[in-house]
Amino acid sequence: MKDSRFYGYGLPYKKTGNLKGSLIVIEGTDHVGRSTQIEQLKPWLEVEGYGVVSTRWTRSALLYETISDAKAGNRLNASTFALLYAADFADRLENEIIPALQAGLVVVADRYMYTAFARNKLMGADPTWSRSMFGFALVPDLVLYLKVDLGSLIPRALEGKGMDYWESGMHQAYGADIFESFCNYQRRLIREFNALAKEFNFFTIDAKKSPETIQRKLREHIGGFLRDHKGVVKEQPAPQTAVAVVTPEAVVAPLADLAAEVADEVEAAELIVAEASK
Amino acid sequence: MAGLYQRHPYPGKLIVVEGIDGSGKSTQLHLMHRWLEASGYRVFFTEWNSSDLVRRAIRRGKKKDLLTPTTFSLLHAADFADRLIYQIMPPLKGGMIVLADRYVYTAFARDVARGVDPRWVREVYSIAPRPDLALYFRVPIETALERILSGRQKLSYHEAGMDLRLAPEARESFRIFQSRILDIYDELTREFDLKVIEATREIDDQQRLVRQLVTQVIGGVAPRKPYERQSLLRLRPALQKNGQP
Repeated sequence: MKDSRFYGYGLPYKKTGNLKGSLIVIEGTDHVGRSTQIEQLKPWLEVEGYGVVSTRWTRSALLYETISDAKAGNRLNASTFALLYAADFADRLENEIIPALQAGLVVVADRYMYTAFARNKLMGADPTWSRSMFGFALVPDLVLYLKVDLGSLIPRALEGKGMDYWESGMHQAYGADIFESFCNYQRRLIREFNALAKEFNFFTIDAKKSPETIQRKLREHIGGFLRDHKGVVKEQPAPQTAVAVVTPEAVVAPLADLAAEVADEVEAAELIVAEASK
Repeated sequence: MAGLYQRHPYPGKLIVVEGIDGSGKSTQLHLMHRWLEASGYRVFFTEWNSSDLVRRAIRRGKKKDLLTPTTFSLLHAADFADRLIYQIMPPLKGGMIVLADRYVYTAFARDVARGVDPRWVREVYSIAPRPDLALYFRVPIETALERILSGRQKLSYHEAGMDLRLAPEARESFRIFQSRILDIYDELTREFDLKVIEATREIDDQQRLVRQLVTQVIGGVAPRKPYERQSLLRLRPALQKNGQP
């Protein structure tokens, strides 16, 4: 019989028992500030009385080096890449995430299998195949998606570490130069994530907002969830920086969002027409 | 998952051998390889768990006993995918005969014996093309044990399934673990139409049967023409004279 806590066939050989903790996933494309937000969530959760651990994508003891080697050697194909991601994830799931959940901790995961679904698809792996290999994964309790658009991503990337080879999809030659490739790759990635958000019911947070606002939204939502499931979290006073009054931004931003989405859709339609007429 | 259940469309041929350690499959494959090359065929050989990329991670994981059944399975699949794309597919598409010492059925047997879901591991390997011929060398567990222990090697930790803590002693653990694998191979023989060769028979008897079965599937592949072989022989001394290796 299928264990509904898992995305697919699960881990039949493993006695997972009662997973008392909560698995909370923060998803989003590059440069949306996931790790900064998670760093701030940890002390807050601890003050609230929860034990917390976090886990990061491609940081397993087993595979971190292999994945770095493979990227450096630049000879990865979509299938091998997908399987190495899955192996890294399985290692962290079995050795970090499940033991923590058994102990009743809150696990905050910086990226989850959805990142693999999006990236693998862009690399050309068969989506059904790349999903079925994650059949051993636990279904998270909560997926919070930090959503940006390309326009606000570009300055963040440039002001941060710069546009890196992989984040720019240079391995797939998406453009003539790194800027063009970055734009094309990230635009596609954002579109994949937006589709996944609908399919898997992510809770979407507008990552164009200030870091303080994002943190407040994250806490509201996580706090609400844990309260319903645990009854421990107390009422949170709003952080100092929270915007209490209606600002022009609050009115305009949703409209801008809508406009951006419409533009995305139009662009997607144009792409389809262009490809069809080839 | 059509790949493993349908004939592939490529001009080359894919021939694989399966069986537990001590079944003698590698010896039989070696003899087949020599025969095919001597008959003028272009042959490419590939071996389970041998891509540079993943081998190090597997070795590290094995040494430190870090692998779970799922990571064990996925790492071997990553190795397989790497070899599939860079080693197996190009010669298969180019009309060569590809020989594989172990193929996906090894994963279907071993990984399931370790406890992963049989449906899941089939999905993971669904990128693989179906072989034109899959030979399974069936051997009783005691014969395999005898062959391994009387010869060259010690029982390998993972081949004996020591990571599963089935028994404290390697020989007994091997017996339990590989017996499970033999049972699964029997089922795979039916599911995937593996051709069974009784590996207790004399080496040359087995090889005669192997060559008969291979002959039936390589009909469409053209061996090198005599002048192509000739020119190779003629070129070699000339190259050596010029100081080339």
